[in-house]
Amino acid sequence: MGRDQQQQQAAYTVEQLVAVNPYNPDILTDLENYVNEQVSSQTYSLDANLCLLRLYQFEPGRISIPIVVRILIKALMAMPAPDFSLCLFLIPEQVQMEEQIKTLIVLSHYLETARFRQFWEEAAKNRSTLEVVPGFEQAIQAYAIHVLSLTYQKVPRPVIAEAINIEGLSLDKFLEYHVANSGWVLEKGHSCSQLMVLPRNEFNHPELKKNTVDGMPFEHVTRIFPILS
Amino acid sequence: MASSYDYDDASLDSRYPRPPSAGQGSAGTDQGYDPNFVPDSVKTFVVHLYRHIREKNVYEIHQMYDGSFQRLSDRMFRECPWPSVEAIAPYVDNDHVFCLLYREMWFRHLYARLSPTGRQRVESWDNYCSLFSVVLHGVVNMQLPNQWLWDMVDEFVYQFQSYCQYRAKLKNKTEEELQLLRQYDQAWNVYGVLNYLQALVEKSAITDVLEREKEGLEQFTATDGYDYEGGTSNVLKMLGYYSMIGLLRVHCLLGDYHTGLKCLAPIDISQQGVYNVVIGSHISTIYHYGFANLMLRRYVEAIREFNKILLYILKYKQYHQKSPQYDQILKKNEQMYALLAICLSLCPQNNLVEENVNSQLRDKYNEKMTKMLRYDDEAYAVYDELFTYACPKFITPSAPVLEEPLTNYNQDAYRLQLKLFLYEVKQQQLLSGVRSFLKLYSTISIGKLAAYMEVDESTLRTILMTYKHKMHAIDGDGKIIPNADVDFYISEDIVHVVESKPTKRYGDYFLRQILKFEEMIGELDRIKLD
Repeated sequence: MGRDQQQQQAAYTVEQLVAVNPYNPDILTDLENYVNEQVSSQTYSLDANLCLLRLYQFEPGRISIPIVVRILIKALMAMPAPDFSLCLFLIPEQVQMEEQIKTLIVLSHYLETARFRQFWEEAAKNRSTLEVVPGFEQAIQAYAIHVLSLTYQKVPRPVIAEAINIEGLSLDKFLEYHVANSGWVLEKGHSCSQLMVLPRNEFNHPELKKNTVDGMPFEHVTRIFPILS
Repeated sequence: MASSYDYDDASLDSRYPRPPSAGQGSAGTDQGYDPNFVPDSVKTFVVHLYRHIREKNVYEIHQMYDGSFQRLSDRMFRECPWPSVEAIAPYVDNDHVFCLLYREMWFRHLYARLSPTGRQRVESWDNYCSLFSVVLHGVVNMQLPNQWLWDMVDEFVYQFQSYCQYRAKLKNKTEEELQLLRQYDQAWNVYGVLNYLQALVEKSAITDVLEREKEGLEQFTATDGYDYEGGTSNVLKMLGYYSMIGLLRVHCLLGDYHTGLKCLAPIDISQQGVYNVVIGSHISTIYHYGFANLMLRRYVEAIREFNKILLYILKYKQYHQKSPQYDQILKKNEQMYALLAICLSLCPQNNLVEENVNSQLRDKYNEKMTKMLRYDDEAYAVYDELFTYACPKFITPSAPVLEEPLTNYNQDAYRLQLKLFLYEVKQQQLLSGVRSFLKLYSTISIGKLAAYMEVDESTLRTILMTYKHKMHAIDGDGKIIPNADVDFYISEDIVHVVESKPTKRYGDYFLRQILKFEEMIGELDRIKLD
């Protein structure tokens, strides 16, 4: 427990550093250690990682490719947030030519364009790069489910299978879990295939979209209270 | 990539019109310039300015700063610098702070009308360091006009950007210039610039002031930052305020859009505030805010803000025709139209752009916007051209490597941002095709749509998911913001299209009219009929 507490202390201090004194080359090593900590404890801090990439920009001699790779993998896991692009904006072109980083850019491209089959194929070929960061697969699967929830009211089983790269019995287990916990419903499709009915949200049920166009902020209405009285 | 807009930053300050006779000669070598000669008009100018500052007469200071200084510059100092600070110092009791302020104006004039040498750039950096140190130590008790304080921060960031461009062009530097770069390697270093801006923000406690103002505990916006009663200095507070905008700008130059927006966060741009008192600060804030949102794919937010500022400029630019910033206002205006064209091509919207702004936009960019929607090679060339024209002058912040081979790498940062931007555009290539088909149907099966678009069904499914992903941006709080004007959902293998109809905003309309009539009634009441 003591070590955990120490780790918590260290994380607290790094976040403070980034908030209070970010433009300082002395914190570079702390930030690098913090990246490794994010990897091992499955946490994530965009601000700290951007701060580090900025410092690498200021001191190109101190750049560490393995750390950059880890930051980028963590950013991929944060999808659908645009963190991966935000990181790329700060990485010089020559560094982006490194093999591992080129691979990650390709993977990001597949994810951005929802080409999940190609993504999982390419990811399998680069297992050694990706397995340094635990939780990668689950994070991407969560992103895939997110995109499916935006798009589908009723999604055929093969589409899900391709998106999250699970088949057979494991897929059955996965779907059972979501039926029990996330409000999914199993249905029979018209060609006897299985269908998952995803929970209703305002994106796959546009009629649910709160029509904010004619809404008014309350403060504006208060302006006419003196007149009404 | 070739483009018809020359990105390369000339060493001349493109913000100000160059008098036709002015040459490229660096200051100090023009014939007849004697730094120690002080014409009478300058003597009067500094004596009066010094007196007004001591008497805290902000109005007079502003008249002299904005009016007399420009007039004297136009009349007497078109091609040479003002008299040196040592020459005018005796007329102002050798006041240390006044001399720093005078020098700041002196260098600003130099950058605007002439082209500074390497040594002068370094000296200007030293002057800013001294000036900011004095302010940060809290010993300043003057009140200065906001225009002047904004110009200081604006110029500080501008000279930093200019220096980064200068020292990244090594190919044609003389040995003397290279030696200067080696010797003064701390001048305009990125840490110094960022830390000064950060220090001004912190020392002024401006974020606390803004917080307290929200709770009604402090007057700030209402008095434009001045202290009319107490007469305490507004210099540190306002420099702190403007430094937030300065930080946004520097982060955009570095390509760090997320942090830039965070630096601006304490300023609520949905409200009137001190940032829009000085038109230069208003435009700079919105330009960088909009650009950062564009790179973060928050297109609707960018469109909204560009629309507001372009409308404002349309209405009020006539009042600034005589101002020295007029050309800069016009330039930024054109750049923002270009950015608006880009945003609307990537994310078409029905109702967000005001009529007059829209007609200006169509005048300038109708053809180009049609081209951009086609997503072929010609389209990418147009995106390239507009981006190059409108983007900030990105910089490489690291220190130069002053050994052979000497190269010019001042365009590297820009090329990277452009490349990544076009990469994003290419990813959205198939989306405009989907959009045009979706507009034609209320329901359509995946099979049929795939046939029309000449792709197979699984490719179509990925295209539809890409559309959904790209059209739903994630904002800073992790909320999903839908951006699309045409939306859909899929049920098994039928696509159901939902087009958002532009609704009439009755509520807002009635509110505005009620308030207007109430105001009119009040005014009529006040008229006394004799």
